[in-house]
Amino acid sequence: MSLDTVAIASTTPETTQPWRELGLKEDEYARIREILGRRPTSSELAMYSVMWSEHCSYKSSKVHLRQFGEKAPKSDALLVGIGENAGVVDVGQGYAVTFKVESHNHPSFIEPYQGAATGVGGIVRDILTMGARPVAILDPLRFGSADAADTKRVLPGVIAGIGGYGNCIGVPTVGGEVIFDKSYAGNPLVNALCVGVMRHEDIKLAKASGTGNLVVLFGAKTGGDGIGGVSVLASETFDEKKPTKRPAVQVGDPFTEKVLIECSLEIFKEDLVVGIQDLGGAGLSCATSELASAGTGGMRVELDRVPLRDANLSPEEILMSESQERMCAVVEPSKIDRFLEICKKWDVVATVIGEVTSGNHLEITWHGQLIVDVPPRTVAHDGPVYQRPFHRPKSQEELVANGAEKLDRPSSGKDLADAIVDLISSPNMADKSWITSQYDKYVQGNTVAAGPSDAAVIRIDEQSFLGVAVATDCNGRFCALDPYEGTQLALAEAFRNVAVSGAKPLAITNCLNFGSPEDPGVMWQFAESVRALADGALEMGLPVTGGNVSFYNQTGNVAILPTPVIGVLGVIDDVRKAIPYKFSGEKELILLGETLEELSGGEWADRHGHLGGIPPRVNLQREIALAKFIDAQRDFIAAAHDLSDGGLAVALIEMLLHSETGATISIHGDPFMHLFSESSGRILLAVNPEDSNYLVGKATDAGITTTRLGKSGGENLEIAGVLSLSMIHLREANQRTIPELFG
Amino acid sequence: MRVGVVTFPGTLDDHDAARAVRFAGGEAISLWHGDKDLQDVAGVILPGGFSYGDYLRCGAIARFSPIMRAIIPAAEKGLPVLGICNGFQVLCESHLLPGALTRNVGLHFLCRDQEIEIVNNDSAWTADFAKGSKITIPLKNGEGSFQCDDKTLKDLEENNRVIARYVGVNPNGSRNAIAGITNERGNVVGIMPHPEHAIDPLTGPTADGLSFFTSLLKTRV
Amino acid sequence: MAKVIVDVLLKDEILDPQGDAISRAIPRMGFAFKPTNVRQGKSFILTLDHTPSASELKEIESAAATLLSNPVIETFTIRVEN
Repeated sequence: MSLDTVAIASTTPETTQPWRELGLKEDEYARIREILGRRPTSSELAMYSVMWSEHCSYKSSKVHLRQFGEKAPKSDALLVGIGENAGVVDVGQGYAVTFKVESHNHPSFIEPYQGAATGVGGIVRDILTMGARPVAILDPLRFGSADAADTKRVLPGVIAGIGGYGNCIGVPTVGGEVIFDKSYAGNPLVNALCVGVMRHEDIKLAKASGTGNLVVLFGAKTGGDGIGGVSVLASETFDEKKPTKRPAVQVGDPFTEKVLIECSLEIFKEDLVVGIQDLGGAGLSCATSELASAGTGGMRVELDRVPLRDANLSPEEILMSESQERMCAVVEPSKIDRFLEICKKWDVVATVIGEVTSGNHLEITWHGQLIVDVPPRTVAHDGPVYQRPFHRPKSQEELVANGAEKLDRPSSGKDLADAIVDLISSPNMADKSWITSQYDKYVQGNTVAAGPSDAAVIRIDEQSFLGVAVATDCNGRFCALDPYEGTQLALAEAFRNVAVSGAKPLAITNCLNFGSPEDPGVMWQFAESVRALADGALEMGLPVTGGNVSFYNQTGNVAILPTPVIGVLGVIDDVRKAIPYKFSGEKELILLGETLEELSGGEWADRHGHLGGIPPRVNLQREIALAKFIDAQRDFIAAAHDLSDGGLAVALIEMLLHSETGATISIHGDPFMHLFSESSGRILLAVNPEDSNYLVGKATDAGITTTRLGKSGGENLEIAGVLSLSMIHLREANQRTIPELFG
Repeated sequence: MRVGVVTFPGTLDDHDAARAVRFAGGEAISLWHGDKDLQDVAGVILPGGFSYGDYLRCGAIARFSPIMRAIIPAAEKGLPVLGICNGFQVLCESHLLPGALTRNVGLHFLCRDQEIEIVNNDSAWTADFAKGSKITIPLKNGEGSFQCDDKTLKDLEENNRVIARYVGVNPNGSRNAIAGITNERGNVVGIMPHPEHAIDPLTGPTADGLSFFTSLLKTRV
Repeated sequence: MAKVIVDVLLKDEILDPQGDAISRAIPRMGFAFKPTNVRQGKSFILTLDHTPSASELKEIESAAATLLSNPVIETFTIRVEN
């Protein structure tokens, strides 16, 4: 194939280029020509097309995401905000914690194992590149109906992929969710969150500065992974000598990632890098343009120096390759020998591919010929910005008017008991051990609490017992009924989950999974959701440190439920004082918070195939008050569990099953409502009987509604005057479902 | 007392093994796979993980490393060696222990708090247990099914070389529910579950695993 | 140029859960053939620039017996393709 160089492009403005096939719009192509003052080379065209794609440029979401900065609450804890690979917060004692959640949805539908595995690999590298050791992974997952044939194809592969990759790199998988809903049938959601820890002085940023500093590519060799559409450039010329190996799926190698982690951390410890970036979506195009544009000068790269797995790749393909387990560092010449020595120790391939230059251009050569000469900012940051139209769909009115309160409800003791068993055994509420036992939650030896706890709790310092807590949540049905309220409910839930573990919430990350931004109704959901999160973050004083947007999760005209997954990170000064989710011995059970008749969008309604009405009301001030109360009274709380999906029925049974005991409780008022309503801002406490009066008094002082439910003990769940269910029966119903479906 | 903890590329639980040694009152000495120097340690731990990504077979490549070329003759002369999970796999591939570890019968990676019975407290690493003690420590692996031929099995059973057995449902299909074995001399022990993850109830199911590490101090002192 | 192919299988007496899972899957997928047994193994393809001599084959056999297979639980066969 004849090489398309800058020299040639300058003199052949009439050459037709496949900009449309690469996903660019006519005006975008025109803009590239305007920026460069000539037609782009095929390599430049490839770079712009990928970097200006929705996935890389956030063109449909940028105008909305600005609110996270505009409405950012003042936070002394924030060390690195939006814009870097991941956000970083100060957790005290000189430690900084970085965390972020990302999506790998579409690849996981195509190839569940590798899609999920590379999703984990990608987010772990994002954390590593900040200078941190990755210490925990959480996986918010959503699949189609549990009994659908395709779910049986996708789910086991995704779980095996997360375990296969996460376990092998030695990062414990300690939390997440598994949720089933038919709207995810053709569009499963595989989100992955990673937490990393470092000292303040170890924070690394992705910028290339210092003229003469070297650009080093290290990690795996580059192959044809994930090239996809860019191959249209190579196929322009009919070169029969080259085999066509253009896989769309990226394949991960966790062993390479593990040695890359250890190698990188040793490099960081000796302070050998000026800037560092991991190679994720858009591979080298992204890494070089982002490093250069964030830096103080330009960059020159000799692309032919990139070590290849496949010698037949064209320069365009090398630039676009999404081969996994690669990083790009900027290293001072005086430190390069030591850098390469450490890579050699770990058997990590490392190659100097370029250097930082003065001026402000990114220049890439191929065997001495210039094939890319662009202002890096125009590639990495100044992409197109769309103002997608959005408006509340007409159908929303009808949806909201159709509340679940109207459904026939069980009233007899037997009917209520049957409804409880049906709920606790439903795929969404069922025990997920079959899934979580495929993950190593113990590696690194710092896991204080892992799922099914409300939040994962990880120890950071073995001497001081400093630790962090992390939780992820989202109820897509609530968001469908009201994207604004639903998003704040998700924020409230993640916040509450961190608080009930005994930690102080500090920061927010988010993975916004939505349908097509070209659908004004979906775009309305997105706009409302982002507005809600920005408003909520401000009200709660927690900065949004970064996150991810995944659009186009829809099949034909049917979009997924709007699913803004919210992750909250908190700090706990002494993990020995983390609040457990289970107890032993006789305890009094107390419910904090008010229960109203709020059934719409809840699990009971879902079991009846109903989605409609308005979601439970959210009250962020009340959540803050609850969190303060839990923190102040932790010494008097034996165990705590937050209420969410499935209301009191599910929360109570979960706590009792984990504590291996029954309970006798009384419900004053309508038992159905009290058991199945999903009002927000509620927490179930297990308290030593001698402390209960004190605690109830303190809650009342704090303006928190309390309900003394009853006492633990016995082998049944007795609701006085209503029903009695054996714990053995409940355990069997709860634990049977998932293994039966997928085992 | 100096106890070596080996790191191969892909080893994961070396830090945990080192922590367990410290908790037990010893000094953990880090041993790199590429070195031949055992640095005068009184015992060696081959930790859990995925050395060389479990490529080829678990432990098959690690077994040929320089550090193993030093450990094998030392073990044959009586140096106490504990192989945990992947470490057990390396010991079998090295033929310091008989048999082999194969894919879990359930085919999935399995992480669970596993009850095991210590059936032999004569070995260097189980001396601090009462015979017959039942303990709970984490099991986490995909290839933990102990297999060997009938002759080997007879030899292990008749000569009291099984050191631990799974209690309850056999989690991986190991012959005779074998969770750990020792060599003839009792200095080399392989154990599939992870005692180093059960040294502190804060981060593990129990502190039952600590006795593996205190055993060494007890034997030597 | 020659290819030396080393096929490694678990010994018959060793439980092969992967082979069993596959033999259960075949009838489930509705295929007409019904194997009474399925064993899963590994194939190592060694490319040499010449046909191996007898002594080179002996070396390959030694590598097969010590590195490519675990003789405690596996057997192997070797064939040469030109």
